[in-house]
Amino acid sequence: MDSVDSASAAGAHAFRAVAIGVSTGGVHALQKLLGELPATFPLPILIVQHISADADSGLAKLLNDRCALRVKEADEQDEILPGTVYLAPPNYHLLVECDGFLALSADPYVSFARPSVDVLFESAAAVFGPGLIGIVLTGANFDGSRGLKTIKQRGGVAIVQDPADAEARQMPQAAMAATRVDYVVALAGMAALLQQLVARPGTIPRDKNGRDD
Amino acid sequence: MKTDDVEDVEIHLLLEGVQRIYGYDFRDYADASIKRRLTHWLAESGFETFSQAQAQLLRSRSVFESLLRGITVNVTEMFRDPAFFRAVREQVVPFLKTYPFVKIWHAGCATGEEAYSMAILLNEEGMAGRYRMYATDINEAVLQKASEGVMPIAEMQRCTRNYQKAGGRASFADYYTARYDRAMLTAALKKDIVFAPHNLAVDGEFGEMNLVLCRNVMIYFKPALKERCLRLFDSSLLPGGFLCLGLKETLERRKMGDRYEELAAPLRIYRKRYG
Repeated sequence: MDSVDSASAAGAHAFRAVAIGVSTGGVHALQKLLGELPATFPLPILIVQHISADADSGLAKLLNDRCALRVKEADEQDEILPGTVYLAPPNYHLLVECDGFLALSADPYVSFARPSVDVLFESAAAVFGPGLIGIVLTGANFDGSRGLKTIKQRGGVAIVQDPADAEARQMPQAAMAATRVDYVVALAGMAALLQQLVARPGTIPRDKNGRDD
Repeated sequence: MKTDDVEDVEIHLLLEGVQRIYGYDFRDYADASIKRRLTHWLAESGFETFSQAQAQLLRSRSVFESLLRGITVNVTEMFRDPAFFRAVREQVVPFLKTYPFVKIWHAGCATGEEAYSMAILLNEEGMAGRYRMYATDINEAVLQKASEGVMPIAEMQRCTRNYQKAGGRASFADYYTARYDRAMLTAALKKDIVFAPHNLAVDGEFGEMNLVLCRNVMIYFKPALKERCLRLFDSSLLPGGFLCLGLKETLERRKMGDRYEELAAPLRIYRKRYG
C-alpha cells in the first residue's frame, strides 16, 4: 500500500537524535541555536560543551531558562527522551547505551577533554547510525573531528558551523578537514536547517564545502 | 552486515567466554564504556580483531590478565571533588567520632587515591587508630599499586589544590616524600587501611560498616548490577551508617532509596535510617 511504503521509506531515513560538540564560545552559540528551536522539536539533543572540572551545573539552568526546550544536565541512566536537551556534566564523559539510555564515564581525558565530543559522537554513532545528526560548533581545539568522521561513516549527517561565523574557528575547521561535511552554515541558519531536516529528511541539497574522504 | 554489528557480536562472545573460563563477569557492564575500553585494549594488544584475540584470551592466563588490567582500571585523583570531602569532614566525621571505633568499606578503590584522601581527613580529625578501612577492587594489579602508596609527583600540585579546597588543615607536602618523579605517601596513612580483592559482580557483603564509599564505579554497570551493588552496600551498613556515591549517582528511583536520607544534597552523601 502506498501509505505503508511511504511510512517505511520515511522510517528508514528518520532521524533519531542530534549530537552537538562545542568549546570556546559555546555558551553564546548554544543559547542562540537552542533558543531558536521550538518546544515541539521532536528529537533528543545531546551536547558536550567543554567546561572546567569543578564547574557547577549553572549552564543547564541558564539554557533551560532561555529555551523553549527542556534542558538538563545528564544524569547516569537518564532515558533519552524526544524534545529534551542533555548536557554532559563537568568532569564526566557522556555516552549513549545501546538500549537508548545515557551513560557517564570518568575514564581518562580523550582529545584532551572530559567531557569529550569524540566520546559522545562515537558512542552515539554506534547506536543511532544513519539516524544521527552531528554538529560541530565553535571551539579552539580539535575535539569532535574524529567523532564527526565516525558519524559520517555510520551514515549520519554532519553539520559544521561556518568557521567564519565561529568565535573560535579551529574546531569547525578540524572537523571539515577530517571528513566530508554535509552542511556548513552560520549559526543563524542552523535551527531552521535542523527543522527542515527533521521535517523532510534527505530532501535538502547538501553543500560540498568539506573535502572528499 | 556492517562492521560495528560484527564487533558487537564479537564483544558479546568474548565477555561470555571470559565469564565461563575465568569467572569474571563483565556481561552486566554498561556497553558503551566497556566497548571503548575493550577497543582501546585491542589496539594496544596487537590483535587485529576481537575474534583473533579470543583464541589466545581463552587459553592464556597472561593475555586475560592484560585484558583485566585494561578494562577494570578506574582513574581518580586525591580529593577528587573537594566539596565532597569537605562535606564528609564537616557533616559525617562528627557522627563517626561518637563511636569508639568505626569500620569503612571503600569499594572500587582502584589505585587508592581516595582511600588515602579519606585517611588524611580522618587522621586530621583525630581518628587515627580508631578506624579500619577495607579498600577493595576487582583488579589485583591496581591493589598492589594502591598498597604501595606511590604516585607520580606531577599529580601532587593538583592534589594539593584539591586538598586545600577540601578543607585540609596541614601542609599537604607533609604527607609524602618526593623521590625523583614519584611521591611516596607516609606510612602513617597506610596503617589503618587493608587492601583486599573484591568483585562487586559476584562477591558478598562486608559486615557492620559505619561508612561505605563507592564513587564512580557503578556508573559503569547496567541497572541490574547497580541494584546488586546497592543491596550489598545496604546489607553491609549499620543503621545510621553513611553511603557515599559519585556526584552523578543517586538513590532516587532505587528500591532502597526510601531507607536513606540525603545528608548533603548535591554531594550524594546518604545516611541509613534507623529501623
